[in-house]
Amino acid sequence: MASDLPPFDPATAAAFMLQHGHPGWLGMRYVAHGADWVELALPWREDLVGETGSGILATGPIVSLMDMASGMAIWTRTSEFLAIATLDLRVDYMRPARKGAAVNGRSECYRLTRSAAFVRGIAHDGDPDDPVAHIAGVFMSIGGRRDERR
Amino acid sequence: MSDADLLAAVERELPAYARSLGITVDSIEGGSPVLVVPFGKIVEGRPTVFHGGATSGLLENAGYAALRVDLTRAGREQRLKPINVTVQFLSAAKSRPTYARGRVLRLGRRNANIEVEAWQDDRSRPVATAVMNVLMATPDDGSGG
Repeated sequence: MASDLPPFDPATAAAFMLQHGHPGWLGMRYVAHGADWVELALPWREDLVGETGSGILATGPIVSLMDMASGMAIWTRTSEFLAIATLDLRVDYMRPARKGAAVNGRSECYRLTRSAAFVRGIAHDGDPDDPVAHIAGVFMSIGGRRDERR
Repeated sequence: MSDADLLAAVERELPAYARSLGITVDSIEGGSPVLVVPFGKIVEGRPTVFHGGATSGLLENAGYAALRVDLTRAGREQRLKPINVTVQFLSAAKSRPTYARGRVLRLGRRNANIEVEAWQDDRSRPVATAVMNVLMATPDDGSGG
């Protein structure tokens, strides 16, 4: 039934997926994608600062950004919009983001099984070779994948 | 410090991000703050369900609040820097308020390990948990490490 739908395209999907709810409130936007990865951006905003007076984005919005980029990376790799749920997500903070800087989140789905999707990625504030954070996570498909590859 | 004074103090120290997400201090439980966030459009992921990022934001703020309380009790004033956080999502958080409380498992000189739980109606069935490692920098510690 889903085969009637066009393959998931993150650039197109971002136009509506990032407009509403939590991602919309944060102002996330689409940056780029490849066969198994998606990069989104989170603009800097005063009311997202984590430590009063620091001017540095809180870590919470970075988790939101990486969770969203990871989900979209999975849909990009599978080419379809499956119902998925984050099982866990780990974020290792290398350094604070620069004051007033937007943060980009790039996540890659590096392994897909019938029911689990493994992701890894980075958050950076301009230079992907000097990341703000590394992330790793696992997502589960809700109700199992339709295709019968084991 | 009375629970009411502690609640007011924790509330004052909530950062801009916590306030804009709608987080407030619900109560003090066994000396630790319980934070709450109402359901609404700004925390919504899938329709009628909390976005995992918003739940993570609540967990992290509850973790930092618990740590700040413990540091204040110990008479310590230190800047908190995140080392890492692992969030585990146990079930979908529905369109109701979500609560979270942190517990400092280890308070060292330079780092702390904190465990946080978030729940909705049933306290015994958490919707998400987090483990956080936090670096504590003192003003004279130039390296931050």
